[in-house]
Amino acid sequence: MSDQTAVSRNESTASSAGQFLRNLFARQEIGLLLILLVLSAFLTWQTDTFLTSRNLFNNLLFFSWIAIAAFGETMVVITAGIDLSVGSVMAFAGFAAAWILTFAPIAERLTETPLVILAVVGGLFAGVLVGLVNGILITRFRLPPFIATLGTLSIARGITFGVTGGWPIRELPNSFQQIGQLNVSIAIWEVPLPVIIMLGVALLCGLFLGETVSGRHIYAVGGNEEAVRVSGANPKRVKMLVYTLGGFLAGLAGLIMTARLGVAAPDAARGYELDIIAAVVIGGTSLFGGEGTILGTLIGAAILQVLRNGLVLLGFPAYWQPAAVGAVIILAVIFDYWRKERSQ
Amino acid sequence: MANIVPIVEMKRIEKNFGAVRALRGVDLTLGENEVLGLVGDNAAGKSTLMKVLSGAYIPDGGNIYISGVRAEIDGPQDSRDLGIEMVYQDFMLADNLDVASNVFLGHEIARWKLGFLQILYKSKMEQETRKMLDRLKIEIDSVRLKVKNLSGGQRQAVAIGRATAFDARVVIMDEPTAALSVAAIDKVLDLIKQLKDEGASIIIISHRLEDIFRVADRVMILRHGRKVGEKIIEGDIHAFREDIVAYMIGARDDFPTTEEELLV
Repeated sequence: MSDQTAVSRNESTASSAGQFLRNLFARQEIGLLLILLVLSAFLTWQTDTFLTSRNLFNNLLFFSWIAIAAFGETMVVITAGIDLSVGSVMAFAGFAAAWILTFAPIAERLTETPLVILAVVGGLFAGVLVGLVNGILITRFRLPPFIATLGTLSIARGITFGVTGGWPIRELPNSFQQIGQLNVSIAIWEVPLPVIIMLGVALLCGLFLGETVSGRHIYAVGGNEEAVRVSGANPKRVKMLVYTLGGFLAGLAGLIMTARLGVAAPDAARGYELDIIAAVVIGGTSLFGGEGTILGTLIGAAILQVLRNGLVLLGFPAYWQPAAVGAVIILAVIFDYWRKERSQ
Repeated sequence: MANIVPIVEMKRIEKNFGAVRALRGVDLTLGENEVLGLVGDNAAGKSTLMKVLSGAYIPDGGNIYISGVRAEIDGPQDSRDLGIEMVYQDFMLADNLDVASNVFLGHEIARWKLGFLQILYKSKMEQETRKMLDRLKIEIDSVRLKVKNLSGGQRQAVAIGRATAFDARVVIMDEPTAALSVAAIDKVLDLIKQLKDEGASIIIISHRLEDIFRVADRVMILRHGRKVGEKIIEGDIHAFREDIVAYMIGARDDFPTTEEELLV
């Protein structure tokens, strides 16, 4: 009940500084940020390599596509849903773009720039398509999200393997690869383009969730779907929106990953759905729905990446790393429950 | 009864669920600025009748007139468009959202619109919610409190406030006091009186006859899907209770119901 005293009866007067700080620390993101900072400080102390701009930008780069897909997953999980198909969608979208660039009948008649634009649009469309299918299966056929997206996980992966015959598509045009490989000079740093895209997407998604009517309905569906229905808004439309957006963002993540790697492999991003869901959960989004933020997911994805990087830098045996990551996910959720119980 | 101006008239409403005749030609009249109590034993058809009015059920027979005009209610939105709002027994609030967000759920005010992108006008909605709470004398410290941190009475007040915030002409309340403590019941009943003073027309379903006695002008009794009685509320609560219960359990059945049955 601490909220009750924290916001004064008169809405226009600001609460005192002490209460402001207490509210700040009650926020999940601050705790997460502290964990990230402690983890980073520990690695800086223990290794010579962690706090080099090269290592930091590599970290940022590697988690940028996980984070982008995780923003979409965040919205899905806030509605108390889940999207398991994200990893497959990343590969599917990257493959669709690569196919347009190399095999599409139209490819030979276009110059490079329009072709790359077409490939990007096609890749995003592939992601949206799977998202729409997820949404339709969940709203019209009333499948549990877990089952629907488990199905599309397999279908999208199967199509990718089937059409490529299991072979990767290589020799993607240079200007397509630039999407993932270009560095942009900002002040004294060379910032990878995927990081800038990721931050831009984070900002847009954060504003969408926090400041729009649709965003509020996403939270409301997670809180009480029936209440949304009787209020006159349409929960099915909200669900269609989150799964479609989830597909779009997974598609974008897949494009960036493919451009970075310079090859569209049919088994790319395999198992990424677990990393993406882990980032969302570590970031404080409740799997029961109704709670979560984009900023939390961004920090959650960063914690996951720093942890992996730290294990490598500390010489932790590679085969054991999934066990360590799994333990951190469980600890994060236990901590979240503990924090919630205390606040009530 | 004579000088009631009807705002809602339901005539010979029938609703069947398979072989079960839930409503067997029920008439209901709600007067302008009247509080009507709707009572009956379990499965008497009270909630079914109200779900027909709120658009949740499509009736199998009968007509509905709103202010004398025949209304086609094919869904909750039709009913809402006619100015009929329902307050549900389990409040129908999103616990994870704050008071203002719940009050404006589905009616959000947008600062500006760009296709489906509508930017929330949060400060305006918070101010309007504050005004509404103050006007109805609902005691809630902040409109930014999450609903899960409110007491049962406060939640019911938010649910009722929400129903009346958007120019509702008719408010239906399904068991508004069933889940509340004694102190909270008093506040909700005061709130209902306040709404009546402001001119609202209200139908209340309740098992608690003393609540009906305290706030309603008239009571209508249903039994086995038929209207079996109707009384203006007056006099002594004990006599009232005995009278109503007699109708509810079928000990008394002297009320002429439908034309059909009058003919039989």
